Amino acid sequence: MTTNAIQDRYVLIENVNMTFQTKKGSFQALKDINLNIHEGEFISIIGHSGCGKSTVLNLIAGLLQPSEGYLFCAGREISKPGPERAVVFQNHSLLPWLTCFENVYLAVERVFGDKEGASQLAERTRAALELVGLSHAMEKRPNEISGGMKQRVGIARALAMEPKVLLLDEPFGALDALTRAGLQDELMAIMARSGCTAVMVTHDVDEAVLLSDRIVMMTNGPAATIGEILEVDLPRPRKRLELVEDPAYTHLRSEVLKFLYERHAKKAA
Amino acid sequence: MSVVSFSKEKIMQTSEEAVKLVSAQPVVAVVTPLSTTATAAAPLLQKRGAWAATAKRAFEWLLPPVIGLMIFAAIWATVAALTQGLPGPVKTWQSAVELFSDPFYINNPNDMGIGWNILNSLKRVATGFGLAAIVGIPMGFVIGRYTFMSRMAAPIISLLKPVSPLAWLPIGLLVFKAANPAAIWVIFITAVWPMIINTAVGVSKVPQDYMNVAKVLNLSEWKVVTKILLPYVMPYMMTGVRLSIGAAWLVIVAAEMLTGGLGIGFWVWDEWNNLNVEHIIIAIFIVGIVGLLLEQLLVLIAKRYSYE
Repeated sequence: MTTNAIQDRYVLIENVNMTFQTKKGSFQALKDINLNIHEGEFISIIGHSGCGKSTVLNLIAGLLQPSEGYLFCAGREISKPGPERAVVFQNHSLLPWLTCFENVYLAVERVFGDKEGASQLAERTRAALELVGLSHAMEKRPNEISGGMKQRVGIARALAMEPKVLLLDEPFGALDALTRAGLQDELMAIMARSGCTAVMVTHDVDEAVLLSDRIVMMTNGPAATIGEILEVDLPRPRKRLELVEDPAYTHLRSEVLKFLYERHAKKAA
Repeated sequence: MSVVSFSKEKIMQTSEEAVKLVSAQPVVAVVTPLSTTATAAAPLLQKRGAWAATAKRAFEWLLPPVIGLMIFAAIWATVAALTQGLPGPVKTWQSAVELFSDPFYINNPNDMGIGWNILNSLKRVATGFGLAAIVGIPMGFVIGRYTFMSRMAAPIISLLKPVSPLAWLPIGLLVFKAANPAAIWVIFITAVWPMIINTAVGVSKVPQDYMNVAKVLNLSEWKVVTKILLPYVMPYMMTGVRLSIGAAWLVIVAAEMLTGGLGIGFWVWDEWNNLNVEHIIIAIFIVGIVGLLLEQLLVLIAKRYSYE
């Protein structure tokens, strides 16, 4: 592959099927997933709950292996988790016995520990926490800070690893609307600065339209697949308040809503 | 066993709450007048009210245990009065005062003070318990971490756990050919099962989220153990440690009765042979008090090492 080809197909998902073995027999979660993600692109995966959005993310993360098909990142096959693909978990997954600093340091040490000394590692950790506006809470433990702050630490931990791809699993799902909006704006600013590729799983339509370059809309499971891909050609930097009045934004938003609630409405469980 | 330790913990918590309440009260008395100083007499009245409340609470916490102990002593005195040869509380107390007036005398190797007997028993428990921790905790980690190991160990543990540790005493005597190591061996067997099982349960319960973090960060096995497993498992481990030290202290008395030598268990047996019943009753109290102190000590340590 040439360099250009790798940039265009930075994360490549080819004919992926995912079947889980459960007690009630096998369950096909995903069917024929094909997706190219360009370098620096922000992709959202949206769909009803249980459609396998998180499974797609876990496959890219390397936490799961596909039953069939292949996944590549920067031209290499994904066989296991790696620091070039950092994950921000939905429930932040911070270690409660470590301070915010130590939580981030653990990741920094793993990625850069071979090349850099302790003071450089500490400097990286501080920089990452500063980036998410948590310089004042570095020595606090996760149970001493709010949900939004915990999620910031989770983002700092992922960004501190300087990943090629940032994977976000419903990162703001557990937060209240105001905190969520604030963090979305910050994430947009951070992504603009770092230029890193991102894949975010969400079920929030506004969040998907606001943040993404493309929205991958998934059909309902079992055997879920990619229904449609929506290009979000809104110019950046995007401003939440201006977009509310923007007809293009409203149109995109209604496209996603139509997909979710007309063509692939989920019967109430 | 677990019921006993649970109730002890509860008593401890309540008495601790009492201390908290007592210490918190004066602060309230100082703060409240600032917001409500309408007249000069108000603070004084409030202060007096606060003290009354404190006294009332202390009374509420202290009175029931005192009544309980008094009822116990009354029943004891009644039974003693009706039973020939069973000393009552007063006689036992007098004997105890005499006994503890010189706890560390040494007449000859077979006749030493009560303090030496207690210390010797504690030494055996500490040795057996320490060995059990050295063996049991790493084993618990391995069993909890790897399903294969857990399945391998399951039949052995299920089979041997219900066996009274004293049944192992003859094996200890046979292998070590001496009484003291055999007693330590029995303590080891007593203490090792709760340690293995609780550690293994803790390790197997580590949330998948934390293990996913370990996988995504690609942490080394050493880091997984020191940064994730060990801190998470610590409370489980401390439960195991508490259960095993309680059981070990229960078993040491019986083991020493059988093996002889210097120790609280054999001391009881010796006093039975001398028909010194006061001393036997004193020994029961000593065993109880030392057991309680051991457990309180471990509760303190557990709190120190718990991350919450």
